[in-house]
Amino acid sequence: MTTMTIAKAINEGLRATLDNNPRTLLMGEDIGALGGVYRVTDGLLAEFGADRVVDTPLAESGIIGTAIGLALRGYLPVCEIQFDGFVFPGFNQITTQLAKMHARSNGNLTVPVVVRIPYGGGIGSIEHHSESPEALFAHTAGLRIITPSNAHDAYWMIRQAVECQDPVIVFEPKRRYWLKGDVDTESPGASADPFKAHVLREGTDATVVAYGPLVPVALAAADAAAEDGHSIEVIDLRSISPIDFDTVTASAKKTGRLVVAHEAPTFGGIGGEIAARISERAFLSLEAPVIRVGGFHMPYPVAKVEEDYLPDIDRILEALDRALAY
Amino acid sequence: MGATHLPSTEFDETAADDQLEAEAEAQLGSPAEPMVQLLAPDGTLGTDPVFSAYADRLDGEKLRGFYADMAKIRRFDVEATALQRQGQLALWVPLTGQEAAQIGSGRASQPQDYIFPTYREHGVALTRNVDLAELLRQFRGVSNGGWNPKDTNFHLYTLVLAAQTPHAVGYAMGIQRDQKAAAAVAADGAQDRPAEPKAAVMVYFGDGASSEGDVHESMVFAASYNAPVVFFCQNNHWAISVPSSVQTRIPLSNRAKGYGFPGIRVDGNDAIAVHAVTEWALEHAREGKGPVLIEAFTYRVGAHTTADDPTKYRESAEETLWRAKDPLDRLEKYLRAQGLADDAFFDQVKADGDELAAYVRKTTYDLETPDIRTAFANTYVEAHPLVAEELAWFEEYSAGFAETPEHNSAEPGSPDPDDAATGVAR
Repeated sequence: MTTMTIAKAINEGLRATLDNNPRTLLMGEDIGALGGVYRVTDGLLAEFGADRVVDTPLAESGIIGTAIGLALRGYLPVCEIQFDGFVFPGFNQITTQLAKMHARSNGNLTVPVVVRIPYGGGIGSIEHHSESPEALFAHTAGLRIITPSNAHDAYWMIRQAVECQDPVIVFEPKRRYWLKGDVDTESPGASADPFKAHVLREGTDATVVAYGPLVPVALAAADAAAEDGHSIEVIDLRSISPIDFDTVTASAKKTGRLVVAHEAPTFGGIGGEIAARISERAFLSLEAPVIRVGGFHMPYPVAKVEEDYLPDIDRILEALDRALAY
Repeated sequence: MGATHLPSTEFDETAADDQLEAEAEAQLGSPAEPMVQLLAPDGTLGTDPVFSAYADRLDGEKLRGFYADMAKIRRFDVEATALQRQGQLALWVPLTGQEAAQIGSGRASQPQDYIFPTYREHGVALTRNVDLAELLRQFRGVSNGGWNPKDTNFHLYTLVLAAQTPHAVGYAMGIQRDQKAAAAVAADGAQDRPAEPKAAVMVYFGDGASSEGDVHESMVFAASYNAPVVFFCQNNHWAISVPSSVQTRIPLSNRAKGYGFPGIRVDGNDAIAVHAVTEWALEHAREGKGPVLIEAFTYRVGAHTTADDPTKYRESAEETLWRAKDPLDRLEKYLRAQGLADDAFFDQVKADGDELAAYVRKTTYDLETPDIRTAFANTYVEAHPLVAEELAWFEEYSAGFAETPEHNSAEPGSPDPDDAATGVAR
């Protein structure tokens, strides 16, 4: 067991996968000598060389598109998109090509491409650097989407993403890159299945589902609620596509109340999908409507007001109060 | 022009009012920019300092093969158009007029090369031994990709224009790495078996798709990594209703200069020249000398698709002019003049075409409609709970239409009220 940051855990996960499989290669802007703008690929160029840690031209469609071609040739490319808001030049390649290749080839072709995207706000950055576009990808069949909230998951999820034969997008919670945690590089333990949700804290009165950067916020909200005598269960969703509805349903049936929190806008978001599914699966067990906590229906606001936009402990507590009031 | 410091283009000479070059070319029937041509429309063979040597490699058998291929694919085109008109295909994308560009280039490729087509490359498919009836699966609506690309190294058709161009460059980057790894193994003396033949990638697109950003990004990547890829652009002068003059103000082949690799314009209706230029380009790529752009100067004689009506946007005189440059006619003239083919040959070609057409028609009728369960199965490689849940629901729903309902046997009782409330398999 080693203590490391999430960024370092991903770095170690990438190193392990480069070590284990000569067909793995990394592609992206500034990932070589610089080690990526967040230094997630730090040191890997020196260790594995320019054929396997590829500084690409500044062109996201080209990055994803050439990764698809490499995958068709039998390689396992891991693409870094520099920031969430810059994935859109590559959106066409991801949604019309990467997601559909296996299906349209009648199962003859596989394109096991991994796309890493640092996402989310809370870092005081400029426009296009703080977004949470995961729902846009979750709506596309053929993709898998996972997001770690801690260093141990970060280490294993990147390795599991590379091993998965389907295309996988890993949304990395950029404001948590420096969050430290214990990593067992010998065994994934409970994290063996990246598509399974984890119950991080058991409770009886209500459930909060969160993922990525909001998991620590949800846990802190549960602590605060406990001071008021409420027992809150917290689930780290971990996988956004597929969603582990079994775990969420079991918890909703147990507590009867469900709050879903994410940074992305609530309208058309993952929270809405969870609310709909849980209302179908646990309708007669629910004591309150499923309540969503998320961003507003607006372009991500300027950094000076992002605190008013991002769900925080109080926003989650307010939602819990509403749920508990039924 | 007063601003002499500006780089000049051929438009400066075309007309004072910047008359559009490609439009003029289409109307004149000849390009303003020189192009490689070996076989003239009148069937006489010219020379070229570089490419005649490649043409010299072609014997009578190969040339007869080019003609037979072109005739076969044209006959196929007629049959597929008829099938669409009779309601047997949802849509057809005719290639008539582009046979030399496709057969000439396709025949220059080798089995180890990998080809990425757009969606009109039926002629190239023929040269890659794709079963032509398989090609129709997509247009009959029974598959989005009727063949296994691994069998022929001929990729699926791509309908999002130019999206396949970066795939081609990535595939070529993979070839580079494979060859490097193989060379390292060979240098260690650890390998007894002979080295794999060197391979290249060829990707097809058109004058319309050349405007897509993916073509630009692909050429940047290809140049940066010196990837073994040949960009084969069929400039057929029309992107549905929009002339190539709206896509480009310079000959498309000239764009290669901006990326730093060779660009060659070739007479796309001259199978011999197309074959020579493509063979040169693929050798160039396989030898590690980097990418090449070929612009095959040709013409879409028919409609964009069976849903299109060219009379709305272009003059029939233009089509007539291009029909006079027909790729089959000129090769026939040459073969006859050289005594390389006689009436018996051409009769046989026609008979073979009719036989192919009959085969394609029959096979089209026989194409089986797939079960939607295959779509459930092929969405992901690995097991996926949402797909499994929706499939289970679909099975139960479908069973409800069975004549003898078997699904209404009493469900086992459950203490959980939600189980009874939803009835959806979990």
